[in-house]
Amino acid sequence: MLDWNILSYVTFLPLVGALLILVTGGKEEVAARNAKHVALWTTLATFAFSLLIWIGFDNSQAGFQFVEKTEWLGGGINYHMGVDGISMLFIILTTFLMPLCILASWNAITTRVREYMIAFLFMETLMIGVFCALDMVLFYLFFEAGLIPMFLIIGIWGGANRVYASFKFFLYTLIGSVLMLVAMITMYNIAGTTDIPTLMQTEFDSNLQLWLWLAFFASFAVKVPMWPVHTWLPDAHVQAPTAGSVILAGVLLKMGGYGLLRFSLPMFPEASEYFTPLVFALSVIAIIYTSLVALVQKDMKKLIAYSSVAHMGFITIGIFTFSQQGLEGSILQMISHGIVSGALFLCVGVVYDRLHTREISRYGGLVHNMPKYAVIFMFFTMATIGLPGTSGFVGEFLILVGAYQVSTWTAALATTGVILGAATVFGYTGVWFSVSSRRKTSKRCSMSIKEKSRFSCLSFSLPSG
Amino acid sequence: MYVLIVFLPLLAALLAGLGQKQLKDRGSQIVTSGAVSISAILSWVAFFQVTFGGQTQTVELLTWISSGSFEVSWSLRIDSLTAVMLVVVNTVSALVHIYSIGYMSHDPHKPRFMAYLSLFTFAMLMLVTSDNFLQMYFGWEGVGLASYLLIGFWFKKPSANAASIKAFVVNRVGDFGFALGIMAIYLVFDSISFDTVFAAAGDQVGQTFEFLGYEFDILTTICLLLFLGAMGKSAQLGLHTWLPDAMEGPTPVSALIHAATMVTAGVFMVARCSPIFEFSPTALAFVTVIGASTALFAATVGLVQNDIKRVIAYSTCSQLGYMFFAIGVGAYPIAIFHLFTHAFFKALLFLGSGSVIHAVSDEQDMRKMGGLWKHIKITYVMMGIGTLALIGFPGLSGFFSKDAIIEAAYAFGPGVGEYAFWCGVGAAVLTSFYSWRLVFMTFHGEPRADEEVMSHVHESPFVMLFPLYVLAIGALLAGAVFAPYFIGENHQEFWNGAIFFREGNTIMQDFKNYPAWVFWMPMGAMFIGFVVAWKMYIRRPDIPVQLAKTHSALYQFLLNKWYFDEIYDFFFVRPSKWIGSKLWTIGDGKIIDGLGPNGIAARVVDIAKRASLLQSGYVYHYAFVMLIGVAIFVSFFFLTGGGH
Repeated sequence: MLDWNILSYVTFLPLVGALLILVTGGKEEVAARNAKHVALWTTLATFAFSLLIWIGFDNSQAGFQFVEKTEWLGGGINYHMGVDGISMLFIILTTFLMPLCILASWNAITTRVREYMIAFLFMETLMIGVFCALDMVLFYLFFEAGLIPMFLIIGIWGGANRVYASFKFFLYTLIGSVLMLVAMITMYNIAGTTDIPTLMQTEFDSNLQLWLWLAFFASFAVKVPMWPVHTWLPDAHVQAPTAGSVILAGVLLKMGGYGLLRFSLPMFPEASEYFTPLVFALSVIAIIYTSLVALVQKDMKKLIAYSSVAHMGFITIGIFTFSQQGLEGSILQMISHGIVSGALFLCVGVVYDRLHTREISRYGGLVHNMPKYAVIFMFFTMATIGLPGTSGFVGEFLILVGAYQVSTWTAALATTGVILGAATVFGYTGVWFSVSSRRKTSKRCSMSIKEKSRFSCLSFSLPSG
Repeated sequence: MYVLIVFLPLLAALLAGLGQKQLKDRGSQIVTSGAVSISAILSWVAFFQVTFGGQTQTVELLTWISSGSFEVSWSLRIDSLTAVMLVVVNTVSALVHIYSIGYMSHDPHKPRFMAYLSLFTFAMLMLVTSDNFLQMYFGWEGVGLASYLLIGFWFKKPSANAASIKAFVVNRVGDFGFALGIMAIYLVFDSISFDTVFAAAGDQVGQTFEFLGYEFDILTTICLLLFLGAMGKSAQLGLHTWLPDAMEGPTPVSALIHAATMVTAGVFMVARCSPIFEFSPTALAFVTVIGASTALFAATVGLVQNDIKRVIAYSTCSQLGYMFFAIGVGAYPIAIFHLFTHAFFKALLFLGSGSVIHAVSDEQDMRKMGGLWKHIKITYVMMGIGTLALIGFPGLSGFFSKDAIIEAAYAFGPGVGEYAFWCGVGAAVLTSFYSWRLVFMTFHGEPRADEEVMSHVHESPFVMLFPLYVLAIGALLAGAVFAPYFIGENHQEFWNGAIFFREGNTIMQDFKNYPAWVFWMPMGAMFIGFVVAWKMYIRRPDIPVQLAKTHSALYQFLLNKWYFDEIYDFFFVRPSKWIGSKLWTIGDGKIIDGLGPNGIAARVVDIAKRASLLQSGYVYHYAFVMLIGVAIFVSFFFLTGGGH
């Protein structure tokens, strides 16, 4: 095991990059170009470092590894970092998506490039921090602060209706996290520490568990997002710039699932079991409801956003089956959804950069202009509807197998999502095949090298499982 | 060798699909046709080795999923059943590839088409060689995807797009059942590998489990769920609506996917699962009834269709019904035998009709054909052979397989067997009628096409005729040559354990003992159909018009395919969209957002607009709230915990 504090390095390296951009000045264009390069290289370096965690990780060992613990605020609140098999995956997912996001913004972002890059790097630090933190206070800091850059990214570089979207995003998450804060204070009051591994061992009173569980759930359910607190997501996605959508779908949503796995299940086992029917009900509603809504969407990003909610419904079902298949399935599904939906937003970004519309009916027949890109888009579309052979299928199927053992009703209803999920295909057909209402298709439609490299990275990681 | 058979088409698909620019049209045609032809030849070698040499084996490739006791690997299971399917799939596929070189010669996107065809072939091969349920599901969905791409190949036609989506979605309804079936199997048997499940199936007889809150018989539930999947893929009554529409795709696609291979996947799957189905008489009875009803239903619709390909599509649907009721009465080998012979003559009919369509400048409406036989004699002869084989003319391949099915239904005895028997005979009359109607309307009578088209009518090039010759040989001989092995005395030896019969299932011996009138029923049916068609379309072409007028309600009912599409549209499609948009606008928009964030956000936005100069200032609101949070936390800690 590596004995230097690799987790801190990985976590704060992007912040160093952000500071570097902050101090460099110069003329507008030069500064912008420099900022892009600094951001790209920083994120790549972070990715490389995070791979070291993977290499150094000892699979045979249970519990947390690469642990760092130093006195921080005193009174049982420490700077405590560490990873286990679950959080490591999310860290790598984050560091992997980040360089792609920077590349996706390369030409798309033209105003305030420096600030944009700083926001992204800052956010990377916070996201990695969330997955490393083994102290509740630390976790809360990272978890909440991570919303600031996202709020900015949507609010400044977003689409026409960005202010509305960013405030909706803000309000939802605010309400959830206030409740979580109260619960954390209560737990600290009882256990006398904010140390996560210690809290996992602490047995809370059954009645109290219920309240604590609900408070945490309020925060995580918004993040996931679960029905009926999902409505911020479509707006946020539609208004966010491409890279923002990628991070939102790829990483931020996963924090909800991660939180459930890290807090709700191990700390409040009895309450988790008690509330399982509630979670199942909400998830099943989410799957059917949002799939139906996705069916009638005309905006590509909204379509993907609604189908994301449905996918997250599968994940919450998987987590609460308490079975090995269900849990492994939902972790896999989270990673897979992170990559697949991220890729889909990148795909939409590519066509948006060319045609400046997201309305499905305005596209059509693009398969002739961009045949290779069509194949890639199709590949990810099929992954998102869970075609066997893609990672989406393995996760979804394991979840359903897990759910089947617990509740056949849940499994059967969730499986209807298999049919409704095909709705995404409508979007695909609209973009690639049908005849467009737009007459002229511009000739400069073939992909640039940068775009090609972006997707080849992503495709490579797909047929996992 | 088995690995080559399965993966050559995939390799070809990748080469042709990704190397479009390098290979050009010709290169992609050579690569794909070549690879699939080699696969076809190897398949025949494998067929003889496995069925006559008795070399059953399993080739392990890779681990796929491993989670607890849930373990799945990629591997190829080669037994007699697989060998038969390999031969059918690869032979027809190779011929269709070759045919496409000619048929698609005017299309600007040949490499893409060839790549899709090969991709389809690969998925189909994965399906038939799987040795566990999940790999089969992979192939199952893979052929669905390839079929979606191929049906929608001419995407400039809106109808082709609609058809491709319809095919995908209707198939997903079936997949829903299939997926639930696989999960139930895992739940009960703790495994999804064929060997384990089949070995343990007998122990579950009469056991029940809880499903959706009710107690159900385990095996019956599993079988019915699996059969739902088969109904989707094989276009059985209720889930058949996608198949006729799928004719929007290019004709070679129809021949490959919608006649010989993909639609038979359901039949194959049920036959593969014979060790489970055999223990559930209820499920088998259900299969029989659905199969028999489909056979008759599809034949009635086929009577009045005017699109040449749609007639053949309904005919396919009907023939698949025959295969299913053969399975339902326990005669799996006969069902697979019919699958085998049907692949030849139905592909022949499709490719032949493709040749006709090619000749009359892409016209598919039979009302605009007629009198073509003088101009395209070879195609005429080929279509004739296909028709004779389909209606079961003595000596041709359909005679051996279809009549055996009808006899098996009779031998099964009263109840569902009797129902299937009469449906089968009835469908045979109709089959003969619509087949001859097709021939007469297309090739005989006065030409109804305009002069311009008639002057262009030409025989197809050799590259399109060659596949017809090969298939014609199959249609002529496959029955006579292979019947003794597939369904003869020694069929057990031929199948070599690939198909399971429960104790007391003696249908394979019984079906040969029938009274003479049973033998003559299909013969008579064939003859009646011919005579009526001849009377109506050669002697008195005014009769059909008269009939359509006098019985217009019935005519419209049949012409509109029993209004299945309209019913589904009314009950499923429109409500889904309606609910979806209501949930979106009212559920999400008015209720959730209206009560929650919008009320508040609207106020915030008001304030924000006034402060729009400080755009990035919003962050302070948030940072402020967060800081308050941390402050509360820290001060709380100092007030309470600090005292430690």
